[in-house]
Amino acid sequence: MKETPLSNCERRFLLRAIEERKRLDGRQSYDYRNVRISFGADYGCCIVELGRTRVLGQVSCELVSPKLNRATEGLLFFNLELSPMAAPAFEPGRQSELLVKLNRLLERCLRNSKCIDTESLCVVAGVKVWQIRVDLHLLNHDGNIIDAASIAAIVALCHFHRPDVSVQGEEVTLYTPEERDPVPLSIHHMPICVSFAFFQQGTYLLVDPSEREERVMDGLLVIAMNKHREICTIQSSGGIMLLKDQVLRCSKITGVKVAEITELIQKALENDRKVRKEGGKFGFAESIPNQKISAFKMERAPVDTNDVEEQAEEIITKADPPSDVFAKPILRMPGTAQIGEGLENSWGDLEESEREEEEEGNSDDATTSEGQKMETEEINVVSKTKKEDDTIVLSDSEEEEVVILEPEERPKKTRTPTSAQQENSSSKKAFNKKRKKKRATP
Amino acid sequence: MLSAHAAPCRARALGSGKLAGPRKGLTLTMAATEAGALPAEECVGQVVLPGDVLLLPSHPEADGERLWLGPGAALPGRLVCGPGLRSCRAGLLVTKCGLLRHRQPGGAGGGSGGAYWVDSQQKRYVPVKGDHVIGIVTIKAGDVFKVDVGGSEQASLSYLAFEGATKRNRPNVQVGDLIYGQFVVANKDMEPEMVCIDSSGRANGMGVIGHEGLLFKVSLGLIRKLLAPNCEIIQELGQLYPFEIVFGMNGRIWVKAKTIQQTLIVANILEACEHMTAEQRTQAFAKLSER
Repeated sequence: MKETPLSNCERRFLLRAIEERKRLDGRQSYDYRNVRISFGADYGCCIVELGRTRVLGQVSCELVSPKLNRATEGLLFFNLELSPMAAPAFEPGRQSELLVKLNRLLERCLRNSKCIDTESLCVVAGVKVWQIRVDLHLLNHDGNIIDAASIAAIVALCHFHRPDVSVQGEEVTLYTPEERDPVPLSIHHMPICVSFAFFQQGTYLLVDPSEREERVMDGLLVIAMNKHREICTIQSSGGIMLLKDQVLRCSKITGVKVAEITELIQKALENDRKVRKEGGKFGFAESIPNQKISAFKMERAPVDTNDVEEQAEEIITKADPPSDVFAKPILRMPGTAQIGEGLENSWGDLEESEREEEEEGNSDDATTSEGQKMETEEINVVSKTKKEDDTIVLSDSEEEEVVILEPEERPKKTRTPTSAQQENSSSKKAFNKKRKKKRATP
Repeated sequence: MLSAHAAPCRARALGSGKLAGPRKGLTLTMAATEAGALPAEECVGQVVLPGDVLLLPSHPEADGERLWLGPGAALPGRLVCGPGLRSCRAGLLVTKCGLLRHRQPGGAGGGSGGAYWVDSQQKRYVPVKGDHVIGIVTIKAGDVFKVDVGGSEQASLSYLAFEGATKRNRPNVQVGDLIYGQFVVANKDMEPEMVCIDSSGRANGMGVIGHEGLLFKVSLGLIRKLLAPNCEIIQELGQLYPFEIVFGMNGRIWVKAKTIQQTLIVANILEACEHMTAEQRTQAFAKLSER
């Protein structure tokens, strides 16, 4: 099917909004959408949702003979598929340019960075090695496929367990999962891609572009980095000229984002591990029923410029967020590890009081309420957003749509004018501050 | 041919209205027992599934023209079978899942008139004659514009179908512009055709939509809700800020307010309205208006 054309009116509006530093869903320029990671019952199966973009990742393994020139290394195989389910514009069977580009980028990010120890995949040198195959399927396309796909790939790889193998002399014994517990892969680091969309010949920059923003962008810069701030891959497409300091700035932002995402991934993996160990229920069956068809997946906050400062002060004075609540909802849900927090600003606490004060005092933030469990917090430290209350009813009683307030954040943000440099530096400081705050609170 | 099996026969049975009496009776009984056919009155306001048969009270008129499809007003004594329903021997056959609705006829009252239809949730639009939609011009080819309306085919729009357009005085329409028009031809066999004038030759609000503003997509059910007379959402929104809004029955809404901020707010509220209850909505509005 043909893609719906973008009308001139939309394009003009989007560009104008970007010039005024407004995004359609109320995020800030450097804000990510909510990242949600859920695991399936099998090892190595996960679904990552970045806002409404969903990617399913599945890792499988097989014993094969190695390559002739690399007799002691295992094999890795990555495959991303875009099905028509994701967007009507994707046609089955046709290798579009986008698909080739995404696959290539994923391969460079994961294979060339040597994030997986291929030597550990060797069983008998020159005879048998493990071939690890990562299959990614795009379930829904709402922009920024590469980020979601890279997160899904690395999460699936970290989650995957391969059958145990023992070699005694000439004899190789392959144990079934019943005989011996499967063994996780040996992963050195977790490279994650972060995308930057440029507009107006590089003047404006947005992180994590949504689908509509992608359609009007001039160019895209993708940086893959791990939490040790090592750049694994960097790719610029669209033919825009980028200045050195722009690229440096992007890499700094990437460092911050990757740290947050990595933490989120670790938490999700930890939760899943805990649930499996305790014998609780896990798998998609646990997470999917909560996704009622009528449930609102995402809430957006309308943006409002007026008197946010007063409200912010109000909220700050009222706010005494018990941060330990943060842990509770996660444990409360027996099932797959689901952490529905937004990335960058999910330091907040999710609880009722917070919600209420949010209601009265308009905290900014695009509140994303996933009709699911946990808190779905998206902190948009937007000085100008008003919260929309629709999050509340949609969830079940135990779910809380949480709008995260970051009290310290806001005053900082409102005071800083929206100029590129300042914004950037303040946001960085803000992130650092938040991180510190997070560590401080138990 | 009729088969004495379960579900598959339902649709076919209803199509074959020319059966002999006893056979027909068999079909109906089977359909009744399988589908649990209920009288239509009882099912109003409940969820119905495709394949359900709704029995109608027996009517004096037994001619084949008794039921016709269309959302128009019902003549007294005639039943209108609306979207999501098809007529069959027994009564009405449901073809879409959703809630069954009923409207009493204006004049006659009583059970022998009125309209039934199924309120279903859908995002994909199918062109229907008479619908007003927002389209995006994709191709400008000589005398005809091709307009994308969200259906399976692009609609064609002649350049003469604008108010005051003549062969010499062509309308100023570019590729990528937004058009608000209505369908004059829309069926499954032909390419849909739309025009931007009504039957008397006046624009009546149709034509090219202005260059500012934001276009976004919502589900068809929400559009119908918003277009209902005395819709509270629009009234409440109107008290917030002044704005211009155009609803297309194909799920597209165009909004323009004074600032980008306000436009975004209106757009977000409308998109969220789909899933909000009335209380949440009033809360949201209260918060916005207390600035």
